[in-house]
Amino acid sequence: MTARLPLPHSWDDLRRWVPWLLPLGAATTLAAASDGYWPATVARMLPLALLAVSVATVTSAAGLPTLGQVAPYAAGAYTTARLALAGHTLAPVQLVAAALVGAVTAGLLGMLLVRHRTTVVLMLSLAVAELTTITAARWRTVSGGTDGLAGIPAPRLLPGTPALTGDRPMLLYATAVTVAATAATMQVLYRHHLLLTAVRGNESRAAASGHPVTTYLWLVHTGAGAIAGTAGALLIHTHRWITPADVGFDTAALALLAAVIGGAHSPPGAAVAAVLVLGVRDVAAADWPGHAPLLLGALFVAAVYLLPGGLTAVPTRLRTEIRRVRATRRPEPLPAVSRRTP
Amino acid sequence: MDTYLIPGLDGIAYGLLLAIAAAGLTLAFGAGGVLNLAHGTLIAAGGYVAATTSTGTWPSLAAAVTAATALGAAGGGVLAAATARLRGRGHLDQALLTFGIALIGADLLTTVFGADIRRPRLPAALDTTLTIAGHPYPADRLAALTAAVIITTIGYAVLHRTRAGRLIRATVDDRHMVAGIGVDPRTVDTTVLIASGALAGLAGALCTPILGVGPATAPTTLLLSLVIVVCGGLGSVPGAMVAATGVGLIQTIGVITIPALAPYLLLGAMALLLLTRRRPLPGMSG
Repeated sequence: MTARLPLPHSWDDLRRWVPWLLPLGAATTLAAASDGYWPATVARMLPLALLAVSVATVTSAAGLPTLGQVAPYAAGAYTTARLALAGHTLAPVQLVAAALVGAVTAGLLGMLLVRHRTTVVLMLSLAVAELTTITAARWRTVSGGTDGLAGIPAPRLLPGTPALTGDRPMLLYATAVTVAATAATMQVLYRHHLLLTAVRGNESRAAASGHPVTTYLWLVHTGAGAIAGTAGALLIHTHRWITPADVGFDTAALALLAAVIGGAHSPPGAAVAAVLVLGVRDVAAADWPGHAPLLLGALFVAAVYLLPGGLTAVPTRLRTEIRRVRATRRPEPLPAVSRRTP
Repeated sequence: MDTYLIPGLDGIAYGLLLAIAAAGLTLAFGAGGVLNLAHGTLIAAGGYVAATTSTGTWPSLAAAVTAATALGAAGGGVLAAATARLRGRGHLDQALLTFGIALIGADLLTTVFGADIRRPRLPAALDTTLTIAGHPYPADRLAALTAAVIITTIGYAVLHRTRAGRLIRATVDDRHMVAGIGVDPRTVDTTVLIASGALAGLAGALCTPILGVGPATAPTTLLLSLVIVVCGGLGSVPGAMVAATGVGLIQTIGVITIPALAPYLLLGAMALLLLTRRRPLPGMSG
């Protein structure tokens, strides 16, 4: 997916908007053509898709594989739920509040996490994911305990407008939020991609050149926390209930694995992969009750072998393969006949 | 002090059983760089086989332990073949593959053995209670503790006193040097994964009489094994032993000492250890 989005002054500029407009078009078509089941099902996949964008951002831009983004996701979700239950149902206010709380949570955790690398980060973030669920289950005054919070009022887009209770409007709203947040993330990453690539590629050289490497990584972690917080708000908007299991290790693992399937350096790919993963778990497995793990496991194994480099590497691999096939079909040039004089 | 005697003994027994399970995992990571998230599934598979094979006689118990170990070794062989094609693609791809295999394995185990917690029937001599320092103590736990001590002693001797063990340790330290002396490190990787699977199956068989085996066994034991491996240092068997004993004690004495913080103790201790450790973990630079 093209990273930079210029204002469309030419056909070439407009072409760069197409990948971002495609999901909106698909959602509109689905909302217009289908009944309540499909719009509701797809809308409920989008919070994890946005969480996967957040995870892929930390994993790709900062080089820190993490399961810990589920903490700002939970913070954003419970903030939104509590605001809604207190009567503050305006969606923009909830989204901004969730993003802020998510950023603060990720910022605090980032102070500890970004000083470490690779396996240690993964294990520390695993601890964060597990402790998030435990805290959510025990902090009854905020989370409602293991029973969770239910009956959360639907959001409203503007003061005086009706609540978003329909499945079709909710799908359009959730798609718009997911695409906008992902596009904004890519804009920021594109603007700083040379710096981030340098930091990720050779940290010690970047530090020796005077770059505050840890600060850069912390900023990425904190910014990704804002995206995770927004995803948490979207979770409440689309589901209107929450339990500690929604913000636990399983969610964190699915988001990280979606980031791997999507392509390690592509947040939009992670979002697409998250929808694919949930499609297998929640839709394809519906006809085979109790065997969703089997289908999900088969998907993961197939993805590793069939999609090296992830979903985003597929176009490049296809182009390479087409070139190779064309090269083999092209007739060999005849050897040049030399004229020898006797 | 007397209050902590039995929980302490339980903690050490549990820790040693976890050490057997985690030793293979840490060697697989240290030697071949394989992040195996299907390790817990192998432990659970060993437990299920033991629970269904042992029928209350000594021969059936021996057959159960052997079958569990063999199944674990076979699973390790499958994982070795599966991960061999992923060389150079990083730990995240390995995590995706082995997590997928773990999900498939967990589904198959639940389909075959059901969702109930199972325990093996033990011979009458093990299904009784002994008295230790005036306290009653189950004989099966004492037998598991004894078996764990014997297995860890044998494992230590194999690692430090045999050529195969030295090659494994050398591969953890410097696989290029091992290649330089004419040994293919990939053969060592495969051997370590098979041995790791066998140890996982064995640990599953030894844990089952005490803890039982069910759908939660695989994720729980994987989490504990990962905590042990990271706290003990990647590739370090002695480190895993110490960390496993610590985990066992935290899970028993820690929980009864500070019950209010019980859910936070293990992961909190791991996080504290990782955050305060000055020496980087082996393999971290990669």
